[in-house]
Amino acid sequence: MGGKTLYDKLWDAHLVREDDNGTALIYIDRHLVHEVTSPQAFEGLRLAGRKPWRTDAVLAVPDHNVPTIDRGDGVAGISDPVARIQVETLDSNCRDFGITEFHMDDPRQGIVHVIGPEQGATLPGMTVVCGDSHTSTHGAFGAMAFGIGTSEVEHVLATQCLIQKKSKNMQVRVEGEPGPGVTAKDVVLAIIGEIGTAGGTGYAIEFAGSAIESLSIEGRMTLCNMAIEAGARCGMVAVDDKTIDYVRGRPFAPRGEMLERAIESWRQLHSDPDAQFDRVVPLRAEDIRPQVTWGTSPEMVVPVDGVVPDPATESDEVKRSGMRKALDYMGLEAGTPITDIRIDRVFIGSCTNSRIEDLRAAAAVAKGRKVADNVRQAMVVPGSGLVKQQAEAEGLDRVFIEAGFEWREPGCSMCLAMNADRLEPGERCASTSNRNFEGRQGAGGRTHLVSPAMAAAAAVSGHFVDARELL
Amino acid sequence: MEKFTTLDGLVMPLDRPNVDTDAIIPKQYLKSVKRSGFGPNLFDDWRYLDPGEPGQDHSQRRPNPDFVMNQPRYQGASILLGRENFGCGSSREHAVWALEDAGFRVVIAPSFADIFFNNCFKNGVLPIVLDADVLDRLFAAVEAREGYRLTVDLEAQTITTPDGETIGFEVDEFRKYCLLNGLDDIGLTLQHADDIRAYEQRRRQEAPWLFSEDV
Ligand code: SF4
Repeated sequence: MGGKTLYDKLWDAHLVREDDNGTALIYIDRHLVHEVTSPQAFEGLRLAGRKPWRTDAVLAVPDHNVPTIDRGDGVAGISDPVARIQVETLDSNCRDFGITEFHMDDPRQGIVHVIGPEQGATLPGMTVVCGDSHTSTHGAFGAMAFGIGTSEVEHVLATQCLIQKKSKNMQVRVEGEPGPGVTAKDVVLAIIGEIGTAGGTGYAIEFAGSAIESLSIEGRMTLCNMAIEAGARCGMVAVDDKTIDYVRGRPFAPRGEMLERAIESWRQLHSDPDAQFDRVVPLRAEDIRPQVTWGTSPEMVVPVDGVVPDPATESDEVKRSGMRKALDYMGLEAGTPITDIRIDRVFIGSCTNSRIEDLRAAAAVAKGRKVADNVRQAMVVPGSGLVKQQAEAEGLDRVFIEAGFEWREPGCSMCLAMNADRLEPGERCASTSNRNFEGRQGAGGRTHLVSPAMAAAAAVSGHFVDARELL
Repeated sequence: MEKFTTLDGLVMPLDRPNVDTDAIIPKQYLKSVKRSGFGPNLFDDWRYLDPGEPGQDHSQRRPNPDFVMNQPRYQGASILLGRENFGCGSSREHAVWALEDAGFRVVIAPSFADIFFNNCFKNGVLPIVLDADVLDRLFAAVEAREGYRLTVDLEAQTITTPDGETIGFEVDEFRKYCLLNGLDDIGLTLQHADDIRAYEQRRRQEAPWLFSEDV
């Protein structure tokens, strides 16, 4: 028998029971809950007269449709009545069932995938689930983390387990040193460009190689965040010293002797040297340049010095027609240099890129410059209240405000435009989020996915530019 | 959950790859705290020419005559033909609730996004994976003949065309069992409560930091 992959180890450690046909019951260590995908799950529990199995494993926070301005009046001040009901419903469900919640006015409130790691609620070796596909983010800690639907939210609340089938193992190996100004976002967009949005379907992806090891924990979160955009339910990175240093001292993390014991076990969280993967995808970090998506799927991506591709050169008929539809929706002509694309709005935020490092990278570009006249709005939405505090302590808020950006309260905001932050039809946005689907940022809105530095560079230039030229 | 055994249904083709959950049900409708009522907003951005808002009177809206769902020949369809990577995007189960609410019980595509695929089974909707060339044939047949129907038999794992051709499909045994019997899998899992407790007891020894009351 060969060695085990990281995913194999995590799977085996959480196996409660397995049937002959491979259907397994997997134990869940951490369950994160937000206001959009949970109300029907709590309702289901009530209707069946069931209680949560283990409330101490659950942490809840409203993030998807909280407003990012004028929060002085709290929940009662949410102007959209339907959104207000959802946040109130989360509050009352958590109260009724005895679940810890960071309320909207708590400084620890923020995007669920930002606050889990920030609080140490996400730990190496855990299984982490949330009714949100970007739960893959938490895999950055050597955890098995994936998004679930509402029926499964109810299932985990009621049983602390999930019914699962094991995925296959994929390793994406990025070797070499990414050039200066090439970020984790560019690496992951390049990976998706390479394997496609369905390339990871049925797999758990482990990101490995020297380029991944050199990424910070925040960069690894950006990377794993977008594993789902490559079709994989979970993405992960092995534990190393950086992981342990990041976790140490966080409020929910173990301490003292317990921490030492935990660290000993976390040191095992890597693939064995002789582990077998079902598929290995190799990439060279030196080949990766800053990326910009041009279409309506994250795989529709090119380097910033490239041009909008021509569907006529695509041999696959279904793909070709998909490209035509995308160009039509995006209002773009084949052959247009990416740097000629002018933008109307800029969004820096989302669980992909709203952590302190992301804000520092954007501020480094924005510093001493002004948002271009043709850009109607540029907003920065920190991932959590604590990220916001930290940024303010470093003076980043002033850098942004002086450059003409708006400085907002934490939440998902224009990543999915469930609150008031959204694009108007036809508006074009440089966005640090993870999805460029039709209408994602507002009906008819056109999204280009980029890194924080690239978004800031586009904001001050009025069109896409290679952010490295402004550093 | 409603049982699924056999279905004889009208087929609607949706000829585009990467149909994502935002397209299936735009997010402005996710604010509901209920499970039902999403059907009228299925594929909202494609289906209507005017922008949609929750709580609208749909009879007052302008349907997009070019979108397949608005064509008279596909009214009452319960089987949806899709392309690659159907249901990609978010984990929102609302996408399946919307399909189900609009009367779809079967989705056939060459590939599905994982979470969506999973969510289908939890709601009595059967997702079927067929080879891309088989789908090419089905798309051509549906478009060529008005009133094209398929019969899906879950027990036998077959799809039968109007010409009497039978196409087999794969389905996970456990999911098939749950769907055929309309079983709630929480109830099934709770039958193993002792196993869960035994696991927890073992883990408390091995990794006590995972149980916060012990930290
Ligand atoms: S920031 Fe965007 S992708 Fe992340 S959890 Fe919120 S809505 Fe989902």
